[in-house]
Amino acid sequence: MTKYKRKAQPSVAFYNNPENRAIIYQIVALAAIFLFTYFVLNNMFINIEKRGINTGFDFLGNEAGFGILQTLIPYDESNTHGRVFLVGLLNTLLVSGISIFFATVIGLLIGIGRLSKNFMISKLSMIYIETFRNIPILLQILFWYNVVLASLPSPRQSLSYLDSVFFNNRGLYIPKPVLEGGFITVIIAFVLAIIAVLYLNKWSKRRHDETGEDFPIVLTSTAIIIGAPTLVFFISGMPASLDYPALKGFNFKGGITFIPELLALAFALSIYTATYIAEAVRAGIEAVPKGQKEAANALGLKDYIILKKVILPQALRVIIPPVINQYLNLTKNSSLATAIGYPELVTVFAGTSLNQVGQAIEIILMTMAVYLIISIVISLIMNYFNAKTRIKER
Amino acid sequence: MKLLKSVSLGLAALTLAATVSSADTLEDTKKSGYLSCGLNTGLPGFASPDSSGVWKGIDVDACRAVAAAIFADPSKVKYAHLNAKERFTALQSGEIDMLARNTTWTATRDTSLGLTFAAVNYYDGQGFLISKKIGVNSAKELDGATVCIQAGTTTELNLTDYFKANKMEYKPITYDTSAQTIEGFETGRCDVLTSDASQLYGLRTTLKDPDSAKVLPEIISKEPLGTVVRQGDDKWFKIVRWTHIAMLNAEELGITSKNVDEMLKSPNPSIKRFLGETGKFGEYLGLDNKWAYNIIKYVGNYGEVFDRNVGKDSPLKIERGLNKLWKDGGIQYGAPIR
Repeated sequence: MTKYKRKAQPSVAFYNNPENRAIIYQIVALAAIFLFTYFVLNNMFINIEKRGINTGFDFLGNEAGFGILQTLIPYDESNTHGRVFLVGLLNTLLVSGISIFFATVIGLLIGIGRLSKNFMISKLSMIYIETFRNIPILLQILFWYNVVLASLPSPRQSLSYLDSVFFNNRGLYIPKPVLEGGFITVIIAFVLAIIAVLYLNKWSKRRHDETGEDFPIVLTSTAIIIGAPTLVFFISGMPASLDYPALKGFNFKGGITFIPELLALAFALSIYTATYIAEAVRAGIEAVPKGQKEAANALGLKDYIILKKVILPQALRVIIPPVINQYLNLTKNSSLATAIGYPELVTVFAGTSLNQVGQAIEIILMTMAVYLIISIVISLIMNYFNAKTRIKER
Repeated sequence: MKLLKSVSLGLAALTLAATVSSADTLEDTKKSGYLSCGLNTGLPGFASPDSSGVWKGIDVDACRAVAAAIFADPSKVKYAHLNAKERFTALQSGEIDMLARNTTWTATRDTSLGLTFAAVNYYDGQGFLISKKIGVNSAKELDGATVCIQAGTTTELNLTDYFKANKMEYKPITYDTSAQTIEGFETGRCDVLTSDASQLYGLRTTLKDPDSAKVLPEIISKEPLGTVVRQGDDKWFKIVRWTHIAMLNAEELGITSKNVDEMLKSPNPSIKRFLGETGKFGEYLGLDNKWAYNIIKYVGNYGEVFDRNVGKDSPLKIERGLNKLWKDGGIQYGAPIR
C-alpha cells in the first residue's frame, strides 16, 4: 500500500509527505510529553529541596530495621531498604503468579461450563460469575481473610493431616523436602525425561501426519515426566528427607508455611479474576461460527475432540486479548494486599519503608515504575502468544 | 536541547515562585477562617468520634486549643483523618497546617522531612498487649511470638531492637490501621499486639471482652508524642508550641476553664500576664492579647484535657505518670510567660 502512494505522489515536499508528516508529529508529541514530565519533576524536586526535605535515592542503602513476615530471599532487619524493595517485589510476583494460574484454570472451566448443555452446570457457572464479578475485590479480600482467620483454630488446636500437614490461624504448614547430595541424579533424570517427551511429541506428530493414528501423548508424557525421576529417586536410595513442621513455643517451626494473608489474597484474586476470564472464554467460544461445530459433528468427531481441535484454537484469538487485560488487572489488584497485611511491594516498600524514611516521591515513583514494567512485560508476552495463535492467512 | 532545557527551567522557577510566596501559615489560616489539622483515623483517647459523632481526644484538643488561640473559637477546625503513612505527606504538601496525631518525635522526622516538632503533648512508651490465656507475664517470655503491628510507625523499629537485644525471634504482621491490628489480635492471628502503651489501653477497651487481655509491664521505648508543623515558618511554629505551654502554665497557676473568668480579677501578676491583662505576649505571637484566656476558657488547661480524654474521667483511666507537671514529679514543664 505504501509503495502505491509513493508512486502516486512523487513530487510533494518532504514535510508534506503524509508518511514523513506522521513521523514528525509523533516526534513532536513525544518531545512535548518528555518536556512536560521533565518540567514537572524538576519543579517538584526544587520545591522539595527548598522545604528542607531529603531527596534522592540514598535511602535505598540505609538499614531498614524492621521485620517482614514472609520473604522468598534471605532477609533480616539489618538489610537495606533496597533489599526490602526486592522482597516486596518478589512477594508481589509470587501472589500474582499463583493467582494468575488458578484464575486461568477456574476461568477456563467455568467459561466452558457456562455453555454446557447440562442445565445445572450452566446455571451454577452463571451464578458463580454473577456473584463474584459484582462484589468489589477489596470486600472479597477482607471477607476471605476474616472468614479464614475467624474459622480456624489456634496453633495448639490445629487441624492436622497425618501429623505432617497442619492448618491453623497462623497458616498452612506442610513438610519441606531437604535435598541431599545424591539428589542431582533425580534432577538429571527429570531433565532427560523432558527431552524424551519433546522427542516423543515430534514423533507422534509425524506419525499422526503420516498415518492419521492418534497416540495418547498427554498421558504418556505425564507418566514419563513423573515416573522417571521417581524411579531414579528410589533406586538412588531416596537422597532427600522431609522437614516436618512441629509445634514449638508459640508457633509451628520447620516445614513450609503458607501464611493466611497469602492464602486469602490468592483465593480472592483467583476467584474474582476467574469470572472475567470465564466471560472472555464464553465470548470466544460463542464467536466461533456454529457451522464449524456442525461440520465437525458431521465428521463424527467426539465432543471433547471438537472442543480441543476445532473450537478452542479458533476461540483463542478472541479470548487472549481480554485475558491479557485481566492478568494486568490482577497484578495491579494484588496491591490491595495492604488491607490485610500481606507483605508485598505496596505494603512493605510503599508502606513501611516510606514511613521510615519519609521520601514519598522517590518511593511512589519506584513503585509505579514496577507496576508499569510488570504490565508491559505481561502484555509483551501475551501479544507474542496472540500473534502465534492468530489465523495464518496464506 | 539547550534551549528546551532553559525554557523548562524558567517555567520551573516561575511555578516555584508561586508556591513559595505563601509561606505565612497564620495569615493563610486567618484568611480561610479555619485551622486545618491532621488527626488519627480513630484512636480512643487521642482522636475518636463519640456516640454523637463528635471527635474527641487529647489530639483533638490540641487542634482546638490552637484554633481558640487564633479565632477565640475552638470549633474553627477542619479535621483531616490520616493513617500513619499519609500524615507527613499531608503536612509537607500543605494539605494540613498542623499535625496532632500521636506522632513520635524522632531525629529523622525532625531533621530530614522538612518538619519541626512543636511540643510534646503526651510522653508515651511502647508496650505489649497480650491475651491472658497465653499465660505470659513478661515481655522477656515472648520468644517466637507472632506480633501485630500498625504499619509505618516507630513501633516496628523498637520491636526489632528489643527482640534483638534480648536474643529473641518474632514474626511481624503489619496492618494499615489500628482497627485492623486489634481485629488481627482478637481473631488470634497474632499472640501479641505492640504499640504505644496509651494506645494499648485505648484499643483494649474496644475488645469484645476487655478483661481477657492485659498490658505487660515492660515499656521498651521512649515515645514523646507531639504536634508537628512545617519547617521554615517560625511564627506558626511558635504559636503551636506556646499554645501547649499556655495549657501547662494554666494548670500550674490553677486556672481552669471553670474559674478563668474569676481569675481575671486575680491580683497575682503571673495570672494577670497570662490572661493578657498586662503585657503584650499575645501580640508578640501575632495573636489577640487574650489568646491564653481563650485557650483555657474554651478548651481547658493541660490537666483538664488529660483527665477528660485519657485520665481519671475517661474510660481509659491511664495514670498521668510522666505527664504530671514538673512540680508533681512529672516532666511536663511549661516555660514561663514573662
